[in-house]
Amino acid sequence: MNRLSLFLVASLIFGFVFLYAPIASVVVYSFNASRLVTVWAGFSLQWYGALFENEAIGRAARVSLQVALIAATGALGLGTLAAYGLVRYRRFAGRTLLAAMTTAPLVMPEIISGLSLLLLFVALEQATGWPQGRGIATIAIAHITLGIAFVAVIVEARLSAFDRSLEEAALDLGAGPVRVFLTITLPLIAPALAAGWLLAFTLSLDDLVIASFTAGPASTTLPMVIFSSVRLGVSPQINALATLILIVITVLVAGANRLLRVR
Amino acid sequence: MNTRRFGLIALPYAWLVLFFLSPLVIVIKISVANEAVAIPPYTPLFEGGRLHVTDANYLLLLSDSLYWKAYWGAIRYAAIATILTLLIGYPLAYGIARTPVRWRNLLLMAIILPFWTSFLIRVYAWIGLLKENGIVNHALLSVGLIDTPLRLIDNDFSVLLGLVYAYLPFMVLPLYAQLEKLDPALNEAAADLGARPLHIFWQVTLPLSLPGIAAGILLVFIPAVGEFVIPDLLGGPKTLMIGKILWDEFFTNHDWPTASALAIAMLVLLALPMGLMRRLLRGIA
Repeated sequence: MNRLSLFLVASLIFGFVFLYAPIASVVVYSFNASRLVTVWAGFSLQWYGALFENEAIGRAARVSLQVALIAATGALGLGTLAAYGLVRYRRFAGRTLLAAMTTAPLVMPEIISGLSLLLLFVALEQATGWPQGRGIATIAIAHITLGIAFVAVIVEARLSAFDRSLEEAALDLGAGPVRVFLTITLPLIAPALAAGWLLAFTLSLDDLVIASFTAGPASTTLPMVIFSSVRLGVSPQINALATLILIVITVLVAGANRLLRVR
Repeated sequence: MNTRRFGLIALPYAWLVLFFLSPLVIVIKISVANEAVAIPPYTPLFEGGRLHVTDANYLLLLSDSLYWKAYWGAIRYAAIATILTLLIGYPLAYGIARTPVRWRNLLLMAIILPFWTSFLIRVYAWIGLLKENGIVNHALLSVGLIDTPLRLIDNDFSVLLGLVYAYLPFMVLPLYAQLEKLDPALNEAAADLGARPLHIFWQVTLPLSLPGIAAGILLVFIPAVGEFVIPDLLGGPKTLMIGKILWDEFFTNHDWPTASALAIAMLVLLALPMGLMRRLLRGIA
């Protein structure tokens, strides 16, 4: 082994230890018997027990799941339409604007997205009476807007790589455009759709900043509960909650990764 | 334009105009309004048939050194964190690109996973590690390397560490995508011609990976400038970043016009890098 690759191996080890050691510390100390987060006092599941009895966290988890389900599904529908329009129709009035609006949320700082959407909701309520206050619906609208960008990027990539002669063949054989879309196009882009949905779902589940702006008093999400509790200090219950979230997200991401690779 | 085509695009188009574009216009509008004791807490743009516009909020940003410090602080933290991320991320990405193919997907997956794992939890993890009676100090004390706990949190070090940690995957992924495309035959050719490994790196690998470097720099710098969670949780009261000040203006002071003016100031700062990013994204697509 030459010196270069020795250096690269060391970089790989350093990089992955750096990425995973903090996460591992959260998981390990979630099983700690002691209330002190940093002193190991034996294995215990008590914080998981306490977690399941914590009603505030249970409520917030339900809000977060509802928002994420609505947001991922809405983003999937709208993002796919936007991607299809952008890939298949190269020329139409306002195409540049649509392309800009589907990629800009990817690089827009969350704090600006959150603030601007809240200001919109307040102005809309003043002008039209809708939305009445803020809650699950407004958080979901905000997350759909963010999710559209991620879904559109993934679906666009899949649609651009796709062999259109398959669709043309079906059209030549007399299938209608709707039938072609449902029986040829949809199955071929299905892995990208599933991956896009999962990514929009995890993004929504994880978002703190945009949700803090667009949530109402009765719609606290899980990240908002974690954040306010973390501001008061590290707690073993949050470690347990974090471990559960890590497991859920790992399963989802591994699933999305598999879907994107299997053709 | 035929109707089918119109029907397809109209829905996402209308959605994005309503929920992405128009909110930005409203931010501009409120940034030129006065603060008011009302619901919502700002003066209307039109009142009694007259237009009310003020530059007071922007003048406040220019005159109060707090905002200047926060603005500069965000640029400084984001820039240093971006450089550090590049220095750590480059060898990591290169290492992954050079491992045997069967390992690559696994390693890449291991980079992507933290990127999708809860951001908040990953920042939180560092509090437990770094605080005064935290895991790192505890370990160093028990080994006898130090006698008194080190001050590891609520300072520049912890903010930069948090930024580098949170955004490292953003740097590694585009770098890997670029480095993986390089043909190893180029290196072999350079070596056959007598170039030494370091020389090959400077003359061949580095120049060819520049698009990946540019994408990584932008992907880290842009969100780091607007960051709120990291300075809030890992930084002390002296940590000034524009995102944190905006948050405080809005949630603590309820000063919506100043928060809006700060948002516009942040957008102006990011306009150039965001424009470059869009250009790069289009190049990739």
